[in-house]
Amino acid sequence: MPLQGHNAKPVLEVRNVTKFFGDLAALKEVSLTIARGESVFLYGPNGAGKTTLLRMLASLARPSSGEVLFDGRNIERDGAAAKSAIGFVSHAIFLYGELTVRENLRFFGRLFRLDRLEKRIDAVLDMFDMRSREDVFVRDLSRGLQQRTSLARALLHDPDFMILDEPFTGLDTQSVGRLEDLLRRLPGQGKTLLFSTHDFEQGAAIASRLITLKAGRVRYNGPLASAPFEELGIQRSNGQKVNG
Amino acid sequence: MASLQIIWSIFVKDLRVEWRNRETLASMCVFGLLIVFLFNFSFETAREETLRLLPAVLWVAIAFAGVLGFNRSFASERENSCIEGMTLAPVDPSMIFVGKMLANLLFLGIAEVVMVFAATLWFNFSFLPSLGELTLIAFFGTLGYAALGTIFGAIAANTRMREVMLTILQFPIAFWILMLSIDATSNAMRGDPGGNWAGGAARVAGISVVFTVASFLLFEYVLEE
Repeated sequence: MPLQGHNAKPVLEVRNVTKFFGDLAALKEVSLTIARGESVFLYGPNGAGKTTLLRMLASLARPSSGEVLFDGRNIERDGAAAKSAIGFVSHAIFLYGELTVRENLRFFGRLFRLDRLEKRIDAVLDMFDMRSREDVFVRDLSRGLQQRTSLARALLHDPDFMILDEPFTGLDTQSVGRLEDLLRRLPGQGKTLLFSTHDFEQGAAIASRLITLKAGRVRYNGPLASAPFEELGIQRSNGQKVNG
Repeated sequence: MASLQIIWSIFVKDLRVEWRNRETLASMCVFGLLIVFLFNFSFETAREETLRLLPAVLWVAIAFAGVLGFNRSFASERENSCIEGMTLAPVDPSMIFVGKMLANLLFLGIAEVVMVFAATLWFNFSFLPSLGELTLIAFFGTLGYAALGTIFGAIAANTRMREVMLTILQFPIAFWILMLSIDATSNAMRGDPGGNWAGGAARVAGISVVFTVASFLLFEYVLEE
């Protein structure tokens, strides 16, 4: 049974985080906590600050003010443990086009100092049905296959906390179904999941908790089942269109 | 030990990427050769002239060929945001710096061998009598220059006019390494009996070590957005 964010000790804590790009505030005093084993869906319209927030949690961006704690440690000052525990998938695939799928995974696996690396690579390749393409250069793969390889890279070190920014981008129907199954299983394995997608129903089918952002501010943070959809401007697709 | 393995992984990855696309080294060598050739074409090559000009010709060729290499070094990292992919791992940024600097050092070293070989033929000058001294000076000069090129290449990679920015940012500081290297190379080529080349080499080594250590320490701030 997944732990609930407001009751359990948080694995991730965002405290009054504001992020400026020049004069533009992408995030405004965002505070939230996520507990171990939770599955959290981050939703909002374009420009709401989702990607900025997810990049910050993955320690790819620094807050202008406020702090992000992972397991009680500030990820800016003491980020190594957080990096070991977090798997991040983004719009960018973080893969070298001139290396093959296996060479890319081997390279990133070595950066994580993984034991039994080849077996681990085999496992994630099988997970995303990429075994037959392991010797193909990443530059020669379709966008969908590159995305699958990127997902394999993010899962290679068996992270406890997955952060996924639009992970379904470019995937075919079969791969989307496989990824949805995988993401649904993660909380049951004690892993924590935070993801964004523009398809509300797809996200709602995976997560148990919803965080909505609009113009850099948290508008809702709580159980998905009891979210005030109308107030948030979200109309479920069982009858009507969905918007942010 | 773990740090050495990570440095080695990054170094080997850069070699593999270069082997696959064969862009960096080829362009560095061709550009360096062109510069050496153009200078050879432009000047008289009597021995005294050669002794006066050749050190500067070689280091200018090394400097410009290096700029091409440093720009390319981060082009592959920029593509698909691979440099961010590396920083997602629990890796000290200075390890990334060392791995990439060693790859740059190797590429520039190979280009230097090609340029020196061409200069031997075109300027009709033998480097053999002072090969040991010149190798030492070239190593330290290239080390410092590659260190600066690596850190400024990373800075320039995040700017819009990155090819121009690297030159503008790097040369005012690299000037000191290049000047000392030209001076030391000139003394070594003259077969300076007074040991002036050794003093010059020591100065090149000193400034290169300072720039390399400074780049090593500052690299983590460069990787931040």
